[in-house]
Amino acid sequence: MSTFLSLLFNGLAVGAVYALIALGFVIIFRSSEVLNFAHGAIVLLGAYVVARTHDSLGFAGAVVLGVAAAAAMAALIELLLVRRLRNAPAISLTIMLLGVDILITTDLTRRMGSDILGLGHPWGADVVSLGGVAISANRLIAFLVAAVVIAGLFAAFRFTSWGVAMRAAAEDPEAAQLMGIRLGRVALTSWLLAGALAAAAGLFLTGSPTPGLEPGIRTVAFAAFPVAVLGGLDSPGGALMAGLLIGVSESLAAGYQDDLLFLGRGIGEVVPYIVMVVVLLIRPSGLAGTKELNRV
Amino acid sequence: MSRAKLPGLLGALTSLRRWPTVALFAIAVVIPFYADEFWLRTGFAVFAAVIGAVGLNLLSGTTGQLSLGHAFFLAVGAISYSFLSGEGSGGISGLGLPPLLAMIIAVAVSGLAGLLFSPVAARVRGLYLAIASLGLVVAGQHILNTATPLTGGFNGRSVPDFSLPGFSFSDSDPDLTVLGVPFGQAERLWYLGLLLAALSIIFANNLLRGRSGVALEAVRDNPLAAAVNGVDVAAYRARAFLLSSMYAGLSGVLYALSVGSVAPESFTIEVSVQYLVMIVLGGLGSMGGAAAGAAFVTALPLVLQQYSDSLPFLSAPGSGGVSYADAARFAYGAAVVLIVLVEPTGAAGLARRARKHLRGPASSSDTNDRERKKSTSRTSTQNSAPMVAAAVIAASPDTIPEK
Repeated sequence: MSTFLSLLFNGLAVGAVYALIALGFVIIFRSSEVLNFAHGAIVLLGAYVVARTHDSLGFAGAVVLGVAAAAAMAALIELLLVRRLRNAPAISLTIMLLGVDILITTDLTRRMGSDILGLGHPWGADVVSLGGVAISANRLIAFLVAAVVIAGLFAAFRFTSWGVAMRAAAEDPEAAQLMGIRLGRVALTSWLLAGALAAAAGLFLTGSPTPGLEPGIRTVAFAAFPVAVLGGLDSPGGALMAGLLIGVSESLAAGYQDDLLFLGRGIGEVVPYIVMVVVLLIRPSGLAGTKELNRV
Repeated sequence: MSRAKLPGLLGALTSLRRWPTVALFAIAVVIPFYADEFWLRTGFAVFAAVIGAVGLNLLSGTTGQLSLGHAFFLAVGAISYSFLSGEGSGGISGLGLPPLLAMIIAVAVSGLAGLLFSPVAARVRGLYLAIASLGLVVAGQHILNTATPLTGGFNGRSVPDFSLPGFSFSDSDPDLTVLGVPFGQAERLWYLGLLLAALSIIFANNLLRGRSGVALEAVRDNPLAAAVNGVDVAAYRARAFLLSSMYAGLSGVLYALSVGSVAPESFTIEVSVQYLVMIVLGGLGSMGGAAAGAAFVTALPLVLQQYSDSLPFLSAPGSGGVSYADAARFAYGAAVVLIVLVEPTGAAGLARRARKHLRGPASSSDTNDRERKKSTSRTSTQNSAPMVAAAVIAASPDTIPEK
């Protein structure tokens, strides 16, 4: 039972981190109608900046710088590339963003070499016991921070003028523009925010129990793609729900993999995609995504 | 010159539009008499990629289904071939079939895999499909790593040489010398690759010119309008998937032959991305463009590797500098960003523009027709409004708007 609880809680914590990344996808999708395939690279960039600067700036300073760098990179991608291609077909945009991803990732991977970089988390590899269930402090803090950030984000969607503007822009860009909403500014803010969320996720993905920052983290960040799609690309609530669902199922599959050996070792990595394809077959627009309607 | 009047092959050869292609083919035929083994092996890898790129182009460029799952179908082809034609040894099994038969079955198995996935493709659209197909690659990696008897596991398995009855694609059996040039494995494989790649392009072009091509493009431009005009959208989407994965299967077989062994790392997500880069660099929907893109993306790292010692900006892998693999990634990453920004129709668009420029304003009418056709197909989403309006009556219940 305690194994189950510990797996469950670990899953929730990882799922909350996935939700941070997936919320970034959703925010960007709602404002720019693209899926940001360069997001994995931005996660990597945020973590890399923290890893390189925490010695000189201290952990807190490094985190601020890392988040700022990731947000700035996302904003640059929006300003220089995505904005110019507002009406381009989805395939071209997707592949352009994949190109950006290749460029950033290649450079960061080259700089990292084969080292595993530490991010200097002050909580290190501490383990906390919650009612008899041991869990790494990193995962616990990740869960708490993600919960606060996500709650703040949902409040912002609902109550701030930016949130209203973003929802209006996603609902009907033309009407929103006629009401005086600057679509460009909404899009830019969305990308900035998504970049910052990605950096926060990167911060926790590289903490204990994982050894530290290495290029493989990008693959972990890839698990946020099925999360975003499973939830529905335009639904923040769906992203949160799907993040937790996938985090928990992945954690359980990895934890009980000895009982699942007929599926092969390492089935945990495949689980997000299996869950996603099954759900997509039943609901082609994800759990909470807007159904595609054909107005005729 | 009264081209267009001449029938068949003769017409094709003398047609003004075709002469660059014919010249290119002629050059490709004589290259083995002059180039050394490195270039021939690079060429064979390029031919393999050309076939895969043409297949992906049919799916993503022509039919508009964005797929990140191409690496999976390449893997199915490569592994099927190795399993069917290989001999079992040391925990790895094989059937030992004749290589030609193994190749044909491998292509069929890949097609089957595509057909099995096509129900997902029929239900799931656009970006959702891209991510769903990404799942194929992740699942494929898992299978490659764990199904050791079939795939050789993490270390992969070796690939048996290709042979036809009485003719082996290796250095001997039979020994062959043409015009004083000894034909070893590299030369023989070059011609095999050239033949298969040329056939693949011709087949795809003929398909596009016919009824199916029009239907596939209609499915891309406006599925609803296509359905109203009697195109079975789901069936055409499934066929595109079938065909594209068969192409990928053949490409996978050739890739396996060119590398000599297949391991999970050969079929990662990066490979899927590379194929998308190829077709976008070449120009979506253009088969010649896809071939050019495939040549660029495939040959660049190999060439940079070969000459890395004499290129001052490259350093050894792992030393922290820019290795040949990094340089190649930078090059095609930057190329794809630039081409989408500057010339969204890719190399094919550039070539079309250059051809128009060369011929001057009094260019022949067929190019203009083509241009006009292209531009109407691009804007058809807007233009088809009347057609769609007429379709209200025919619309099935699940397409009637909810609000």
